[in-house]
Amino acid sequence: MQVELRILRYDPERDRRPHEESYRVEAGPMDRVLDLLHRVKYEQDGTLTFRRSCGHGICGSDAMLINGRNRLACKIRVDQLGGKRITVAPLPGLPVMKDLVVDMEAFFAKFRSVQPFLVNEGVAPVRERRQSAHDRERFDDTTKCILCAACTSSCPSFWAQPAYVGPAAIVNAHRFIFDTRDDAAEERLEILADKDGVWRCRTIFNCTDACPRGIHITQAILEVSRAIVERHA
Amino acid sequence: MLLRYRGGEGMLAWAFHRIAGVAIWAFILLHVLDIWLVSVNPELYEEVLDIYASPIGRVGETLLGAALFYHALNGLRIIIMDFWPATTRYHKQLWYGVWVIFFIIGLPVAWQIMAPAFGMAQPFDFGL
Ligand code: SF4
Ligand code: FES
Repeated sequence: MQVELRILRYDPERDRRPHEESYRVEAGPMDRVLDLLHRVKYEQDGTLTFRRSCGHGICGSDAMLINGRNRLACKIRVDQLGGKRITVAPLPGLPVMKDLVVDMEAFFAKFRSVQPFLVNEGVAPVRERRQSAHDRERFDDTTKCILCAACTSSCPSFWAQPAYVGPAAIVNAHRFIFDTRDDAAEERLEILADKDGVWRCRTIFNCTDACPRGIHITQAILEVSRAIVERHA
Repeated sequence: MLLRYRGGEGMLAWAFHRIAGVAIWAFILLHVLDIWLVSVNPELYEEVLDIYASPIGRVGETLLGAALFYHALNGLRIIIMDFWPATTRYHKQLWYGVWVIFFIIGLPVAWQIMAPAFGMAQPFDFGL
């Protein structure tokens, strides 16, 4: 069948503001939006610019606004969108560099700000740092993040206040805060207790709905909030 | 962006919460003004009270009550999720629950408030 793909395009060297362009492409129900973007780029307009790498939902490169929601282009199929018209735009709330490519630098800076790595100054064991299955389970959900930014850029609190550290950074802080092998939970909680930290969450759930990995993001944010409140109790 | 993004129940719950909150805030301003009238111009105050008792005023009061009630119920939903983060997995069900309580209690109350202005009997008689 024929599908109409409406893509929000922007070339900083030619356009003053983004504009929509429409493309007709042949598509089957099992095609993913990424396949359609490829078809446009290969057969109709080679200047169409977007990021993608793995093509299988694991690198986090191709999150974009598809039919009004943030999703991975490589994970969402035509039949799931139901309809012959698909709109594609860059992630909301992030500076657009060209077409569907946004500037992720500030997003990654926030990720780095929560120390998303194991901190343990103790003597390293000869072999691995052991942990019970039960303790590992505590933060299992938040290990799945692929840093696609679908969550942070779907968040109205982030749109209103770009300084908000955002769901993705909190998810990755959660992953270490509740890890029994890690020693820097206090520091991370201190960072997230900032006015642009967890308190900007308004439990809107756009992040949870958008996450292509199905992470229960709002739950993770509220668990971190609780840990902040309880830390000196 | 707010209108362009197609959020789910959670985003709607939040949007209504905000709208209701602003409406309540606007009413409190109005209320401060009308109570202030008592001291400076009691006759005008009586006239304002008549507006409140008119059909439009009653509908307005009902909407105010609805805003307060939604804001309170959804506020409880948020408190529940704040204290027990695992309940966020059922945030949609909690929100549907908000609406069930909202209508079961809200509809009879709305009728009670509006009936006099439309010349109907009130469903509940408190002997007032
Ligand atoms: S939490 Fe989910 S939506 Fe957010 S960056 Fe990670 S994978 Fe993407
Ligand atoms: S291309 Fe890697 S996640 Fe979509």
